[in-house]
Amino acid sequence: MTLETEYMPDADRIMSVSLGPQHPGAGHFRIKLWLDGDYVVRAEPDAGYVHRGEEKMGEYRNYTQNVPHLERPVILDSSNILLPYALGVDELMSNKIPARAQYLRVIMSETNRIISHMYFLAIQGLFLGHTTLITWCMGDRDFWIDFAERIAGARVTFAYIIPGGVRNDIPSFAIDKGLKLCDWFDKRMDEYEKIFFQNPMVHQRSDGIGVLSREDAIAYGATGTVARASGLAVDVRKDEPYSSYDDFEFKTPVMTQGDVYARSYVALLDMREAVKIIRQALKRLPPGPVRLKLGPQPRVPAGEVYSRTEGARGEMSYYIVSDGSPRPYRLKIGVPSAKNLRVLPVLLKNVHIADIPPIYWGLNYWPVEADR
Amino acid sequence: MSNVQAPTSPPPSKPTSVAPQVATTPQAPPAKLEPVRAKAFAAQITSAFPDVKVDWMKERRLKVSTTPARIEEVGIFVRGTLGFDHISTVSGVDWIARNELEVVYFLGSSTPGQEDFIVALSEHVARDNPVVPTMVDVWKGVEYHERETHEMFGINFQGHPNQSHLFLPEDWNDLPPLRKDYVSPGR
Amino acid sequence: MVVAQQQKSGAFQVLVGKIDDVLQYAIGDPMRYLANWGRLYSLWPVHLETACCSVEIGAAAGSRFDMERFGALEAFGSLRQCDLLIVMGTVTRKLAPRLKLVYDQMAEPKWVIAMGACSITGGLYFDSYNVLRGIDDVIPVDVYVPGCPPRAEAFLQGLVLLQEKIRRAPSLSGR
Ligand code: SF4
Repeated sequence: MTLETEYMPDADRIMSVSLGPQHPGAGHFRIKLWLDGDYVVRAEPDAGYVHRGEEKMGEYRNYTQNVPHLERPVILDSSNILLPYALGVDELMSNKIPARAQYLRVIMSETNRIISHMYFLAIQGLFLGHTTLITWCMGDRDFWIDFAERIAGARVTFAYIIPGGVRNDIPSFAIDKGLKLCDWFDKRMDEYEKIFFQNPMVHQRSDGIGVLSREDAIAYGATGTVARASGLAVDVRKDEPYSSYDDFEFKTPVMTQGDVYARSYVALLDMREAVKIIRQALKRLPPGPVRLKLGPQPRVPAGEVYSRTEGARGEMSYYIVSDGSPRPYRLKIGVPSAKNLRVLPVLLKNVHIADIPPIYWGLNYWPVEADR
Repeated sequence: MSNVQAPTSPPPSKPTSVAPQVATTPQAPPAKLEPVRAKAFAAQITSAFPDVKVDWMKERRLKVSTTPARIEEVGIFVRGTLGFDHISTVSGVDWIARNELEVVYFLGSSTPGQEDFIVALSEHVARDNPVVPTMVDVWKGVEYHERETHEMFGINFQGHPNQSHLFLPEDWNDLPPLRKDYVSPGR
Repeated sequence: MVVAQQQKSGAFQVLVGKIDDVLQYAIGDPMRYLANWGRLYSLWPVHLETACCSVEIGAAAGSRFDMERFGALEAFGSLRQCDLLIVMGTVTRKLAPRLKLVYDQMAEPKWVIAMGACSITGGLYFDSYNVLRGIDDVIPVDVYVPGCPPRAEAFLQGLVLLQEKIRRAPSLSGR
């Protein structure tokens, strides 16, 4: 491998190590590391252990059949990856989505944002040696899963948001439960802040580690929590409000340090905003139908569309090319993990080996999502 | 939508035949917004590069297409003068009926006021010898996206630092999977 | 040789067989039971996530479902100390050789749980170009847990079934 020797300052001292795919700190992902003692000289991600060819499969299935398999890559955030697909197909078919369905889409994707961030914080707590956070987050995440299960009827793969609206209406008892859950969770997040984010140990382990500057965030195309932790205020919900997001009051949390701590804290702030949105949407849920009847094999007029939304990890986008047949001609899934992957070799430079797990997980990188 | 053609089946005569809005209360059709900003951006690009073709314009989207020989200049213009400095994603499309491959760069912006706008910059290249210049020098973030497009479509990005497989197995020795003439083994 | 074997009388052979049986009942069976009972409640899974089903493992290891109370640790530690391989979903062509490598490195006795439709038959991805249609061709499987993804409860049931299998294992080696 000529590439390896090219970068090496002193070839005898450099050791190359493979981290993963079987490693407690990796998980369906491998990082090739070049080490000089305790320092990482160079890192190169090796993805593709979960590449399942979603884009090719999308060309074999029609627009309705595509729904279940498209949410599998981002199983933690399954509504947020279906929403841009639904928006894109709706735009091509010029569907007018009922107001209640718009609100339900918002409720579901914000619930999913919380579910995803809770998983992220749990594992981040694990990697920073904070066992309390993992047990708390994993336990509390299940309450939100219960709430989503009451609406959609499944634990993680909801297939709830579909072209033409949402699959079914919200049962009335779920609204009260949801409002109660929001109130409880607001208080609970204060406890998270006390036990984790104000913990001096966590500060010491994550402050100033893996710093990504604002310029680098722009240049390397970072998105979502990673970009917002570096002071880049990108939020598709604000920039181009879809699905009635302009009805709600919320802020885009931005931090400027750009380190691991900021990336974790932005996730918590995101959850606070998500709770706000869910509460407003549940209180003001308009009456009416929740879906349009599209038939089992909807005909989509020829055209191209690039639709995007803000998922938990960042910008989710679809490039759908239709040629008028029942199946998409091309279905490109643009996922935030794949966009943020370029940042990893930038951050893993001149860091200690012990800092690799928090930096890696701080990117909120989900290999299944990146590989598709 | 000049470049959307039906390669396998002709487009249906009635485009929106199956969309009966049974459930909705009758609503006024949405007012068609003039794509003012898209027009402004398109005018700027075409005045600087007269041979750039405008494919479609929407309220927040603009797609322009050019040739592999010119794309670097157009890219530098779109990035520097228009301020689209953030790469959103890169996609390939296989137009097998026309014997062409297309590469599309979706560009976002961090310039205040145009964060919601996406410019799609595309180039067409012959299917038999798909060689295009890399855009890594213009947007650093395209590196992995181009690598993916290379392995999925077999497009060669000249000057790319590393075009080894990113997602496919190392020993993949078939056609690039997203080409239309590659058929999945399960099908 | 042949002559010597023929010279052993039938009665002698019966006697040896009887002693064998007695030893088996008196020492072998309790030993086997004890050894397998010891294995049964200290299963150490390998941390090899393969796809999206690993989210439900995370939930099962979390504080609501708490798989430690059934006698299986959360997945940590060295591969060489582990005796349970949970295949959490899709196995792609790139991962398959690594899966085999991981399985080969584990010390005997070892068991495999195939979790999710993907690892059983390929599931949703039956027509994908990069996915194996089931992992049986790569490694032997003890317990199949169907679902996409299986709920955390279903996974725990699979774990209990595996413990039942280990308890009834016919030999001292645990298999
Ligand atoms: S069975 Fe379903 S959830 Fe599990 S890995 Fe396969 S697709 Fe993912």
